[in-house]
Amino acid sequence: MLELKNINKHFGDRHITKDFSCKFEQGKTNLIIGESGSGKTVLLKCMVGLTKVDSGEVLYDGKDFIKMNIKEKQHLRKEIGMLFQGGALFDSKTVEENVIFPLAMFTDMTQEQMLERANFCLSRVNLKNVNNLFPSEISGGMKKRVAIARAIATSPKYLFCDEPNSGLDPKTSILIDKLIKEITLEFNITTIVITHDMNSVMEIGDKVVFICNQQKWWEGDNKTILHTDNKELSDFIYVSKFLKELKERQG
Amino acid sequence: MKSFFFHTGRYFLMMRLVFSKPEKFAVYKKEFFHEIDNLGLNSLPIIAIISFFMGAVITIQAAFGFTSPWVPLYAVGFTARDSMVLEFSPTMVSLILAGKVGSNIASEIGTMRVTEQIDALEIMGVNSRAFLILPKVAAFTLINPFLIVISMFLGVMGGWIMGVLTHVVTSYQYQYGIQYQFNPFNITYALIKATTFAFIISSVSAYHGYYTDGGSLEVGRSSTKAVVYCSILILVFNFLLTQLLLA
Repeated sequence: MLELKNINKHFGDRHITKDFSCKFEQGKTNLIIGESGSGKTVLLKCMVGLTKVDSGEVLYDGKDFIKMNIKEKQHLRKEIGMLFQGGALFDSKTVEENVIFPLAMFTDMTQEQMLERANFCLSRVNLKNVNNLFPSEISGGMKKRVAIARAIATSPKYLFCDEPNSGLDPKTSILIDKLIKEITLEFNITTIVITHDMNSVMEIGDKVVFICNQQKWWEGDNKTILHTDNKELSDFIYVSKFLKELKERQG
Repeated sequence: MKSFFFHTGRYFLMMRLVFSKPEKFAVYKKEFFHEIDNLGLNSLPIIAIISFFMGAVITIQAAFGFTSPWVPLYAVGFTARDSMVLEFSPTMVSLILAGKVGSNIASEIGTMRVTEQIDALEIMGVNSRAFLILPKVAAFTLINPFLIVISMFLGVMGGWIMGVLTHVVTSYQYQYGIQYQFNPFNITYALIKATTFAFIISSVSAYHGYYTDGGSLEVGRSSTKAVVYCSILILVFNFLLTQLLLA
């Protein structure tokens, strides 16, 4: 389980998050939603230690990540998988080498074992015959899937996804969402997804946290979110003409 | 001045992490050999062409300048040898490599930074500074002296071949000249310079690439800064080493 307690972060005079507290449970896909520039990605980076928090606690199974020393942090990070917005695949390595990389770095597996594991992870994300291609030779959706395969290669306990659907068509987006959900259940991991895609919210939102005005504004799940009375959240959800009309028709 | 201290301090802090214990030696070894090929062997053609023709030009210029009958013609070979060994090969070739290798390192690491590849390494628990920079610094510092020796050889050969072909010097006089009053310490001096400059080029470029912030425009800026700072530092250290070793 991952818990955030009173996270504060500001850049200069600009506040990004104010006293943000939340619990993210194991085996569930936890979504953080909010408008662009609301500080979702910064919050995610604070959780994984890429950005320093000004104050607050980031508790991984009760242990504060911020107070850990470098070795403890490096050890914990081996239990973390992350899917970046652009995939962040290593350009100079092939798809197979990308997936093998964390295994080669942190395990004592033989080359055959690593290949077997890489092939398993790639087949798990429905990718075949792409092992020897470079990231520049595959599509955006495939890059995201390779990134997921790389993230799950070391069987992480925590999976962080930063806007996994950005730049993808709706069909591929749903595929990626389903994949994240399946992997979360299959490996019983704590998954945190940053998104502003309402399709994702409805597909995989076991828990949904809405950020507004630098604070946690609303917390619930994909079943309750459509019936919210919260004005800001309602404005966020029903921003499209299509959804507005749908809401009006449903009364 | 504040900026100078900031960057110097951050450079040394970065280098402290670069020289920390690798997570897995085998992975670093693979990267090291990849960099030997990428930074070293790929630079060989440009070094060969430049050195050969520079040796030829130095020879012809020396012959053109030595018009006095009191200056023996073998002085042409002597001049070509010392010019190549003392200055052209270690310093000028390193300046050229600061452009080629320096911009390569800065843009490669800078692109990795802006495309979040470095963040991905950090998330995995990899010491990104050591993983990205150590193999480059080690490989280029090791391979550059070999490149410089090849440059010296090709420069002297270029002077010999072109000098004889253009009839500015005879083969015997040139050969006598390149052996005349040969001081082996000059080679040591050149190799010390080559090693120092290689370290400067690889580490300073890596620093500029690693701390790139922004997008493609900033990657270009980092690359330019890397070449400029490397060139300045090479010239400063060239003076310091010459004063220290030859004065």
